[in-house]
Amino acid sequence: MSPTLSDLEAPDAFQARHIGPDAQDRQHMLRAVGAASMDQLITETVPAGIRLGHGLALPEGCDEAAMLDRMRAIADRNRVVTSMIGMGYYGTHTPPVILRNVLENPGWYTAYTPYQPEISQGRLEALLTFQTMVADLTGLEIANASLLDEATAAAEAMTLARRVGRSKAEAFFVDANCHPQTIAVLRTRAEPLGIPVIVGDPVRDLDPAAVFAALFQYPGTDGAIPDLAAPIDRLHGDRALAIVATDLLALTVLKAPGEFGADIAVGSAQRFGVPMGYGGPHAAFIATRDAFRRSLPGRLVGLSVDRDGRPALRLALQTREQHIRRDKATSNICTAQVLLAVIAGLYACWHGPDGLTRIARRSHRLASLFADGLRHGGATPRHGTFFDTVTIPCPGTADHRVARALAEGINIRRVDADAVAVSFDETSTRGTVEALWRAFEVDRPTLSVDRLDAEAAGDRLPDGLVRRSPFLTHPTFSNYRSETEMLRYLRRLADKDIALDRAMIPLGSCTMKLNAAAEMLPISWPAFARIHPFAPAEQAQGYKDLVDRLSRALEEITGYDAVSLQPNAGSQGEYAGLLAIRAYHRSRGDLDRTVCLIPESAHGTNPASAVMAGFRVVVVACDADGNVDVDDLKAKAAEHGAHLGALMVTYPSTHGVFEAAIGEICGIVHDHGGQVYVDGANLNALVGLAKPGKFGADVSHLNLHKTFCIPHGGGGPGVGPIGVRAHLAPFLPNHPLRSDAGPASGIGPVSAAPYGSAGILPISWAYIEMMGAEGLRRASEQAILSANYIAARLRPHYPVLYAGQNDRVAHEVILDTRPLKAEAGISVDDIAKRLIDYGFHAPTMSFPVPGTLMIEPTESEGLAEIDRFCEAMIAIRQEIARVAQGHWPADDNPLVNAPHTADDLLVDRWAHAYERSVAAYPVPGLKDRKYWPPVARVDQAYGDRHLVCSCPSIDGYREAAE
Amino acid sequence: MTIRKFTEDHEWIDVVDGVGTVGITNHAQEQLGDVVFVELPEVGATIAKGASVGVVESVKAASDIYTPVSGEVVAVNEALVEDPAQVNADPEAGAWFYRIRLSKPDELDGLLAAEAYQALLG
Ligand SMILES: Cc1ncc(COP(=O)(O)O)c(C=O)c1O
Repeated sequence: MSPTLSDLEAPDAFQARHIGPDAQDRQHMLRAVGAASMDQLITETVPAGIRLGHGLALPEGCDEAAMLDRMRAIADRNRVVTSMIGMGYYGTHTPPVILRNVLENPGWYTAYTPYQPEISQGRLEALLTFQTMVADLTGLEIANASLLDEATAAAEAMTLARRVGRSKAEAFFVDANCHPQTIAVLRTRAEPLGIPVIVGDPVRDLDPAAVFAALFQYPGTDGAIPDLAAPIDRLHGDRALAIVATDLLALTVLKAPGEFGADIAVGSAQRFGVPMGYGGPHAAFIATRDAFRRSLPGRLVGLSVDRDGRPALRLALQTREQHIRRDKATSNICTAQVLLAVIAGLYACWHGPDGLTRIARRSHRLASLFADGLRHGGATPRHGTFFDTVTIPCPGTADHRVARALAEGINIRRVDADAVAVSFDETSTRGTVEALWRAFEVDRPTLSVDRLDAEAAGDRLPDGLVRRSPFLTHPTFSNYRSETEMLRYLRRLADKDIALDRAMIPLGSCTMKLNAAAEMLPISWPAFARIHPFAPAEQAQGYKDLVDRLSRALEEITGYDAVSLQPNAGSQGEYAGLLAIRAYHRSRGDLDRTVCLIPESAHGTNPASAVMAGFRVVVVACDADGNVDVDDLKAKAAEHGAHLGALMVTYPSTHGVFEAAIGEICGIVHDHGGQVYVDGANLNALVGLAKPGKFGADVSHLNLHKTFCIPHGGGGPGVGPIGVRAHLAPFLPNHPLRSDAGPASGIGPVSAAPYGSAGILPISWAYIEMMGAEGLRRASEQAILSANYIAARLRPHYPVLYAGQNDRVAHEVILDTRPLKAEAGISVDDIAKRLIDYGFHAPTMSFPVPGTLMIEPTESEGLAEIDRFCEAMIAIRQEIARVAQGHWPADDNPLVNAPHTADDLLVDRWAHAYERSVAAYPVPGLKDRKYWPPVARVDQAYGDRHLVCSCPSIDGYREAAE
Repeated sequence: MTIRKFTEDHEWIDVVDGVGTVGITNHAQEQLGDVVFVELPEVGATIAKGASVGVVESVKAASDIYTPVSGEVVAVNEALVEDPAQVNADPEAGAWFYRIRLSKPDELDGLLAAEAYQALLG
């Protein structure tokens, strides 16, 4: 019989491409795990008490072309207008060579955070470039590898200053000329920490003795360029610290904050080649003095050496971070904005110091010409000097002026009823100036840009604040200025790394699934990329539509009543969710519910977020099976009784197990008046099978960069929306500049932009749309089957640490490698590094259990790749056995010497106890697809003892190598 | 005569003439791995038993140093700040952290003797 037309239309074509194993593979895997059918496996795995009895109420799936048509229709409802609103978001041209070879290149966007440095040298180098660029431009000694946005960077700077400062004062001063969203986020972040925020004029209102630090904006949000030397001196006189929020482009022509005494600088690198994307994602930066480096939040790339003394990069000073310090961490930040930091750093390489200066001076010149012309029309700018932003007083007529500009195709900023502001940028032209003159009714037929420029007064930068110091002098900022050189440099860097375009990345808790090309395409469409976050709502109807559709779909998937898309990483979602809990308790007069129970197996962000949200962390034990120890939970819930604020628990657990007691656990906490936060990082095991909002949780964050296909970008961007039950909905985040972005009664903004990283929301919507209700459920089922298949295959070789009912694991599995230390002297690191020789990225190491490996295959990996990985693990186990048997010495075997570089192997006299071929080609298949690590095992301690966090001089490299 | 005592947090203390010298044990050093950073108390500080007075960090772990006894800090081993690797090389002698003049010598009675500490390690 011939197929029907519906069959031929294949609505499930995409899901079959997204899910790796096909029907036949699935049968093979089911047999291997001893289940007669998928349904039997799921029934055995997912506790009956939480299992959904019905399918998700979402449409059926579609293929890529149909989704793209629908996406186009959504995008068409956005209107691209030249936005000169400023406020930290500017027009920029993403250099096409970077757009195509980085932003649109899976070699970059599908990589994971560089915790395994040997397979990450390319992106580590790009991040070191970013750090060097930030340190140079701000005139400070050390910069990290990105924060989430300018406003949260300012908040991080506030807490950094409180940590390291010697002033005993309690309050924090904020210059009223900071961006309004920055001030609003600071208020959100300061409140639970008990920090009074004083907003005022630095000259009139700053009492240095009353504050531990102050934040200034330079240039100010209205364009003014304040001379901060005096206020900073006054602060220092009272041992208070100075934080300067600044603009990297402006710093190519203006004196660096470090040169007038700033202790910390923050800002956004957006205008270095990253599209506005309706607010994000963009890389924020933070830089400070060397003395404060141990208190710097976020990831920091540093130089070290490998075991052969070659210079090698890796993440430095990790003990500052939440995965080690937990509730004592410097910040909760985990996923950051790596891909965007990479782009910003490369933008600086592409343009070089002279090119950047030219862009800055051009933007400034156009702003000056515009201002000059205005004088001819009778308007006078508020400030005589400025960089790119001109504020124009216009008593009572701001709305009229905004409308006139819009009629010319330009968004300008409505400062208030009596003033507007215009920010020039890389994309501005002489045509822009002329259009604005018309908008301002400068009615002078003789006025021409060229004539004015010839007459002109020239620059409007304040004399005393012009930059004289050099910057970006390292050769990396001048070596790649031709497209040919840049193209090859990008290829060279990408070739050093393992991303999903090379092999499976079996990282537990990270859900490294396919990021389909069709999902990625729309993010560079101008209709999504070029929208300013504060553009008039009518221009962002497409985004509104997208936000609504995605929010409704996530509500359906999670069972929650309301969703906020504002948090721009999982950590920020945790923070927002806990703030919602706190606000809920307080709204009921429960001021003392400040204890947050957290199982010892929790991810480090959980305790770090709890502390930031004003909670005190009390750790709950896990039992021998790795589950929350219910008796300990009962005891602690009872002990803290009226003080119990919340429990944070991950489901399925961080141990990769569906804990059967989850319903009871939620019940215990509710009985004592607490709220339940379910960390949704592991939602990939739940979609279509169970809903946290229905099995007892009150709030969860989801990681769209795990379950919903936003690529990891080498360590960000992410999106960490939260879902809440109805009683918490009044306490979701909101935004002062966009009243429909959250409830009026909300907790304030937790991100700079109303919808956080809106620019990448199309990815998750595309995934849900193409998979449909059934495809989403099937993905979860396959993720569970694949993990159980790996457990079944590897169990004879490595103990599986934890399993749930019927001995089933959820979507990930922990292998206990600790006994191998005693048996053969082989550590978990040795196994992880040896996997590199087999062409694989290691599984998650030492989280949640030190000394173990956690493997998460995701639904996207096909059977052949999973088998290839299992065979590598089995071969490694046999190698370990040979060491244990004394066949190879404990200190000279392919494991402890892994990974092996080509250089290591090409020595004239091979002097190891094993063959070269064993080192390089331990299994035959590798000859076709060998990955060569660029460096051997990196010496972590050396780098932390000799910290270097910016591009070293060539001599520096040589010294490191000696 | 020197008496060496231990704490459950893996510090050791040698007391001579009312002044104690404090460091971390070999076991602690092994658990931490390569030490990359040491933070010491300020000389002159008065500290109470059990207070966190410093930090020792490896690339993978950070651990507070708690003072086993109360008293006044009379000296610190600045050499460790310069060269934290000494903590791995010579934990129970050369790599001492600080010296303290005991204000409550009785507190020593509550600490572990060598055998008891060994038993704790199992
Ligand atoms: C269990 C768990 N919770 C929270 C997080 C934090 O999410 P993010 O990195 O997006 O901040 C992670 C991320 O790895 C995680 O695995």
